[in-house]
Amino acid sequence: MSERFVSRGFVGKRQVAAPGGRVPPGQHAVDDFPVLSAGPTPRTTLEKWTFSLEGELDTPVRWSWEEFQGLPAQDFTVDIHCVTKWTKLDTRWWGVSVDSLLEHVQPGPNAGFVTAYCDGGYTTNLPLPDLLNGQGFIAYGYDGRPLAPEHGGPARLVVPHLYFWKSAKWVRGLRFMEKDKRGFWESAGYHRRGDPWKEERYAGD
Amino acid sequence: MLNRALEWQIASVSAIQAETARTKTFTLSLPAWVRHLPGQHYDLRLTAEDGYQAQRSYSIASEPERPGQVDLTVERLPDGEVSGYLHDVLVPGDRLEVRGPIGGYFVWEVSRGGPLLLVAGGSGVVPLMSMLRHRMAVGSSVPARLLYSSRTPEDVIYADELKSLQEGGDGLEVIHTFTRSQPAGWTGYTRRIDAAMLKEISTPLGGKTQVFICGPTLLVEGAADGLVAAGLAPGSIKTERFGPSGGSA
Amino acid sequence: MVAPLNEAHELMLDGNAAAGILYEIFGEEMTASPIECGGCGREGELGSLLAFAPAPGLVLRCPACEQVILRIVQTPDHVYLDARGAVHLRLARQAA
Repeated sequence: MSERFVSRGFVGKRQVAAPGGRVPPGQHAVDDFPVLSAGPTPRTTLEKWTFSLEGELDTPVRWSWEEFQGLPAQDFTVDIHCVTKWTKLDTRWWGVSVDSLLEHVQPGPNAGFVTAYCDGGYTTNLPLPDLLNGQGFIAYGYDGRPLAPEHGGPARLVVPHLYFWKSAKWVRGLRFMEKDKRGFWESAGYHRRGDPWKEERYAGD
Repeated sequence: MLNRALEWQIASVSAIQAETARTKTFTLSLPAWVRHLPGQHYDLRLTAEDGYQAQRSYSIASEPERPGQVDLTVERLPDGEVSGYLHDVLVPGDRLEVRGPIGGYFVWEVSRGGPLLLVAGGSGVVPLMSMLRHRMAVGSSVPARLLYSSRTPEDVIYADELKSLQEGGDGLEVIHTFTRSQPAGWTGYTRRIDAAMLKEISTPLGGKTQVFICGPTLLVEGAADGLVAAGLAPGSIKTERFGPSGGSA
Repeated sequence: MVAPLNEAHELMLDGNAAAGILYEIFGEEMTASPIECGGCGREGELGSLLAFAPAPGLVLRCPACEQVILRIVQTPDHVYLDARGAVHLRLARQAA
């Protein structure tokens, strides 16, 4: 049996103790909030910002920032899991649930999937049921403050029960679709759905 | 199948030298040393007992004319997972897993001619030092200038060596700019690198100058733009962007 | 359990970060290869492209228009390479 080289005295990132059952397989809990990005941070002004629901719907709808602020929003505290193996427990957000947004539109009978699209061109795809029943939010507050641009502000999608690449930063709309269309990372080797409890990291997992 | 030409090897640390308060040079003896081009880097990989790995790339600071060994100069980053280990835990005699040399874009050797203009911000000076040490080792007098931006005189890496390279009289000029505090009696530049400074420094070298800029992204972009504005062809300017990215917020 | 490619290169913010993995894929040094952006047409060496780090994969973008030129994802068993953003990749042939 070949011996793997081990670096004397190297223990890697300091891991935070986490209560049993909250850290999915292959993950480790961290204290900080790493910033990962596939591109430069967009800087959309609130005057120009809009959020849309479009695609397989009765009628598309679009809100301005002011209108969006008028929608019922809520505090929510969730654990988040990045596919790069860090997990952060008890992150506190403020935002509008996708359930609330869907009170304004009726998705078509075959609209089983959603693509979230964002400033900077990022996209991610999800089955519609994964956004419902309190599982998906458009968040614009984090830890009691407006969501910072590096973390996706003005607003980002937050879908904590899936790997965090699905929680698209700088989100500008949700497109309802009949067919699942793989997004930015999903079309480059990552899993279509990304359930951290089943370790669905890569295509074929 | 992935190409196996670039294999990991186990190097041993033969010396560790502090350069400044935040930087150290690690001299590695390599069983499978291959002559590198100045400007190239090595990948370095740490493995914990439980199999967790972390990998970083570090520019080679030393000249290729020293067979069997390379110097890597590493800045210790706050919360740096790998730089923290190298600075705080590693001792001579320890072993490190490395792979290289790697890189073909940001490289220079004397056979490519000159004049040579090197622009460095902070630890961006490391790959440029390999170029200057190589130039000295082969006895070249290709006209060369290093414009080196540091916050304070204490932050200058290789300060004494740069001084003696310049005093060697082989056509190298080292121009420092200090953006926060200066040595007593300093009459040189005291500001961030800008277009006017670059024009003053590059004009005497002429239009055939090859330029290498290395440092934080903003410095690199600004310097590249400034040199194009000063009349240098974009194709003659090579850049390497360094330094921690956004990190955690 | 290797740290993801981009985390490994968080200190290198340009195409030089892709040197190692591209060498593994193509068997030759790629960072000096000329790359033309499929979006705006800017020509430059691959090493001069912007890299955004860290991320679930390595993304290289055009310094002029910021369009994605290359994406590289490493999984335990595979490497995924998307080069659609480049007009083409060019590799040297070995001498006969």
